[in-house]
Amino acid sequence: MLELIDVRKTFNPGTINAKRALCGVDLKLNEGDFVTIIGGNGAGKSTTLNAIAGAWPIDSGEIKIDGANVAHLPEYKRAKYLGRVFQDPMTGTAATMEIQENMAIAARRGAPRTLRWGISAKEKKQFREQLATLELGLEDRMTAKVGLLSGGQRQALTLLMATLKKPKILLLDEHTAALDPKTAAKVLELSDKLIAENHLTAMMVTHNMKDAIAHGNRLIMMHEGRIIFDVSGEEKQKLTVDALIEKFSQTSGEEFANDRTLLSK
Amino acid sequence: MFINYLSSLPGAVAQGIIWGIMAIGVYITFKILDIADLTVDGSICTGASVCAVMLTSGQPVWLALIAAFIVGMLTGLMTGIFHTFMGIPAILAGILTQLMLWSINLKIMGTSQIALDVSKNNLLVTNRVAFLGRTVLILTIFAIALIALLYWFFGTEYGSSVRATGANLGMSRAQGINTNITKIFGLVLSNGIVALSGALLAQYQGSSNNNMGKGAIVIGLAAVIIGDALFGWLAKNNFALKLLAVVFGGIVYYIVYSTVIYIGLDADLLKLLSALLVALFLAVPYWKNKYFSSHADAAKRKKSGKEGKENA
Ligand SMILES: Nc1ncnc2c1ncn2[C@@H]1O[C@H](COP(=O)(O)OP(=O)(O)OP(=O)(O)O)[C@@H](O)[C@H]1O
Ligand SMILES: [Mg+2]
Repeated sequence: MLELIDVRKTFNPGTINAKRALCGVDLKLNEGDFVTIIGGNGAGKSTTLNAIAGAWPIDSGEIKIDGANVAHLPEYKRAKYLGRVFQDPMTGTAATMEIQENMAIAARRGAPRTLRWGISAKEKKQFREQLATLELGLEDRMTAKVGLLSGGQRQALTLLMATLKKPKILLLDEHTAALDPKTAAKVLELSDKLIAENHLTAMMVTHNMKDAIAHGNRLIMMHEGRIIFDVSGEEKQKLTVDALIEKFSQTSGEEFANDRTLLSK
Repeated sequence: MFINYLSSLPGAVAQGIIWGIMAIGVYITFKILDIADLTVDGSICTGASVCAVMLTSGQPVWLALIAAFIVGMLTGLMTGIFHTFMGIPAILAGILTQLMLWSINLKIMGTSQIALDVSKNNLLVTNRVAFLGRTVLILTIFAIALIALLYWFFGTEYGSSVRATGANLGMSRAQGINTNITKIFGLVLSNGIVALSGALLAQYQGSSNNNMGKGAIVIGLAAVIIGDALFGWLAKNNFALKLLAVVFGGIVYYIVYSTVIYIGLDADLLKLLSALLVALFLAVPYWKNKYFSSHADAAKRKKSGKEGKENA
């Protein structure tokens, strides 16, 4: 499935702003893994997901998807393997385009874009049914511009779009962080549902430790560009927030309680 | 005097349609791709030059128009390569091509001006009063055909990916769109259309000269803006009607132009007024966002939400 081997990335190398964001990340995901990722601000969580997605070239290491090294592929070529949802609801959809147009574009992820008509009648019907499962009433607003939707609606749509064409890996980067608690819970529930129904392999960054424990089958903690803790299966299910905090101070050698921006309970 | 004014109106309409076609090219880069492409000041003249040279050497007019379109596309390709593969900001990339074209256009023409004459050259459109009816008819057909073609193209899978590129670059890449290529494609198409309008303009005014493109971008933007302000509400979300609004914007611009001259305003001031008009209209959406819109509220809310999270 996905394999990261000694992935390193330094931003602005050779300047006073040089920042070692990834200092040798090793990770191997199994088919169907749903990994939650936690860690303090600047730990390298987003950078890890961006490295997988190809936002910029990594300095060294390998990123393998199904055994093939994709580290040298540009972002748009890796898109074929990846579904992505970002923290900012504005980033995952095209605001000035219709709901159904956004979906039609997502449905062609990884496929050549030809001079055929951009959306077929069959697709429209299918999109309507898929939108209905969101229970947000979007199925009756398919020709509305996405810019008119609320943040939660846009995030739900982005999630749906990310799974229209089954991705090898679904990357979720704090995709509920900009939403109010009720909407966040709904979008999280939807994520669970889509991942389960489509048997997806997924990575989800979150600042909420309870969510990180409650969702997925595996949990990773990052600190200063490294993975410092990796649990799965039964051991993960037994985790508690307190145990996680304890684990953090042990492995990182830092006092967790003093860093209130680190992880919210 | 007033008769003079009235008799100038068909000409204003014809000129307005030509600039409306040019403005459709500007619409593709400015509105769809979200790039301010200054190549057009040069490529409109490139189209005129290629057309004039071909016509004076006895080539048929349809071939001259096709040649202008193709050479225009090449100018867009140049800007596209500057912008994407060489990483030059779009505005600067356009300015560089524009400057290159100043030399290139002189070389194409071999002189700074070529005269065309409807009695000597086989022209499709002209400002000769006797032919004005035919000219307006041909230009109208031209504009409608172009709009129909673009309506089709931007509805296709590839056309949609070009629109997505302008709407959200990050999203487009995440959806597997090669945004460098879509940007280049948009610039190529846009400048092809602009050069085509240049070819029509050279025939209409009976000459191609090296300075005819000066400020073209501003007139194109003015047509886009006027069209949107006056007819945009009629177009709703229909892309073809939006493009039609742009052409009407060009026509209104030239009717106002004729009127202002009739009233006796110094024609030298027209470029000043056009630029001020465009500046003002470009500021409107910014002011709206800054002082009135719900977006500003949303941004504020989001900010405080973030602080809340960090204090949690
Ligand atoms: N494009 C970039 N250019 C320069 N520095 C960057 C860039 N992206 C990330 N960084 C830096 O790399 C480090 C890791 O950032 P990253 O965004 O991965 O953190 P994170 O774990 O996602 O944190 P957060 O919880 O705040 O989102 C930070 O110090 C950050 O400032
Ligand atoms: Mg982050």
